[in-house]
Amino acid sequence: MKRANATLGDPADLVLRYVLRRGDFSLDVNLSIPASGITGLFGESGSGKTTLLRCIAGLERSAYGRLVVGGEIWQDDASGISRAIHHRKIGYVFQEPRLFAHLTVRGNLEYGGRRTKTGRKRVDFERIVELLGLQSLLHRSPHDLSGGEAQRVAIGRALLREPRFVFMDEPMAGLDRTRRDEILPFMDRLHSELSLPIIYVSHNIEEVCRLCDHLVVMQKGQVLADGELQSMLSRMDLPILNGDEAGSVIQGTIASYDAEYDLTRLNFSAGALEIPGRHGVPGGELRIRVRANDVSLCRERPGQTTILNIVAATVDRIQPDRGAVLLVRLAAGTDTLMARITRRSGHQLSLRSGERVLAQIKAVSVRNSLEGTGSGSR
Amino acid sequence: MRQSLSDMAFMDFPGAGPLWLSFRLAAVTTALLLCFGAPFAWWLAQTKSRAKVLIEAVVALPIVLPPTVLGFYLLVVLGPYGAIGRWWVEITGESLTFSFSGLVIASCIYSLPFAVQSMQHAFEALDRRNLEAAWTLGASRSDAFFTVAMPQSVRGFLNAIVLSFAHTLGEFGVVLMVGGNIPGETRVISITIFDQVESMNYANAYRLSAILLLFAFFALLFMFAMNRRWQNR
Repeated sequence: MKRANATLGDPADLVLRYVLRRGDFSLDVNLSIPASGITGLFGESGSGKTTLLRCIAGLERSAYGRLVVGGEIWQDDASGISRAIHHRKIGYVFQEPRLFAHLTVRGNLEYGGRRTKTGRKRVDFERIVELLGLQSLLHRSPHDLSGGEAQRVAIGRALLREPRFVFMDEPMAGLDRTRRDEILPFMDRLHSELSLPIIYVSHNIEEVCRLCDHLVVMQKGQVLADGELQSMLSRMDLPILNGDEAGSVIQGTIASYDAEYDLTRLNFSAGALEIPGRHGVPGGELRIRVRANDVSLCRERPGQTTILNIVAATVDRIQPDRGAVLLVRLAAGTDTLMARITRRSGHQLSLRSGERVLAQIKAVSVRNSLEGTGSGSR
Repeated sequence: MRQSLSDMAFMDFPGAGPLWLSFRLAAVTTALLLCFGAPFAWWLAQTKSRAKVLIEAVVALPIVLPPTVLGFYLLVVLGPYGAIGRWWVEITGESLTFSFSGLVIASCIYSLPFAVQSMQHAFEALDRRNLEAAWTLGASRSDAFFTVAMPQSVRGFLNAIVLSFAHTLGEFGVVLMVGGNIPGETRVISITIFDQVESMNYANAYRLSAILLLFAFFALLFMFAMNRRWQNR
């Protein structure tokens, strides 16, 4: 189940080049975004993620550049072409819900759809309402919605505009943990059940690992790197991905569920992992995130340990990560693991590239990142 | 309509005709101010032009200017030898001063600040982010104005309607200068009250004044009550 299957230069892609200067900030971006799956736009606040989305949507008037979506030229300032905002088919979900207070939830949802003149509806009203769990909210006023509900309505409204691309600008940033957990399952459903490409802005690597297939890393108004999620996470030249939050994503197949200990067994290219809790159904696919901080290394299989998951791996590359710490990239089967260990431990084990080691993964740290899509509905 | 009204019920009541005339004048003026004032107020709310303050000052002039001064200038401009009046005579063959049409123009200028400022403040208080959302949902600029900006500025529109209507209904000085005192054409309610007082007919003056007082009070009461209701939402 490989989601990011867009080849470079696919005519359906979104290809852009933008330059914008505003005070101290300058944006200079040259990028191609695949027309499938979820692309994470990742970077610190102020790195220009939102500004880039606004440029594409036509909301930044002073942006200069070129934008081609699915082979259609939407903007080419060199030849004086620029589509009006309302002719750019982008479903924009802002940080705040921005619902229209004078309309009901239904009125809000229908606002975009009414203005879309396509004969055949690709996105069905009832289906979106069902998918986002909005049935009971339809007749309410936006005033009476919780933050999470309002954001779900905003997502539905953007989808019903029948966009070519959906933009989500940190749609969960204004929500507390509980509300966030309330929305994430809906996001997973959208991901697995709709074929709309999504660009998802976030500065939270957890969210990115959970949702995205493709990753664009931005810094100071520029694109540092972009590529498929797994390969991006295993890169060691991107400081922003190599800190405390370094880690990797592993895709595996669910083998079985042990009810007695409440553990799910996941097969992947280098063996099996035990994951707390019940996830998906046997035979289904599961994506998990393994944090580098939760991976330790040893030469021999320890006699007695509390760690359930021990995987044979080969040291691929070692990088001094801040003073006391080393970041080690490991090849385990066809997957990649990252380990963050102290430099002293590294010396004691005298680790070198190409050597065989055992990677111990704390079971508790293995994060389920894509529940519910296991049945392979795509 | 005016004839039939005074014929039937208020035959002996000198206020009926002028009352009807005043309401007609206020209604026409308010309608015109909404149509032309809304886009103007929208422009004032959106513009970053340097001329904005200058235009705002000009719009606000009728609030502070003595009505007789405003009326005098209007008399000059609208009169048969004035810039607008001459052109009007050429087209319609009639004089703009001392006519109902002249009164409408004068009232529009006299009540302009009440309509424009109310709407402008409402537009300025609008959350621009909602407009952006509307545009990205496929609404053109004018579509978003009618379907998002206007419904969300409904308080401003209500204030504009109530204030322009009530203010036009009570005008005296400007009407006297531009319209004079022609029964059925320019003799509005406030001038009738003045006439009645002049001719020592206090009973009629009391009655007409009470009607205006009550109307003004209830119009404002309605406006503030609605404002409060929308505020609490």
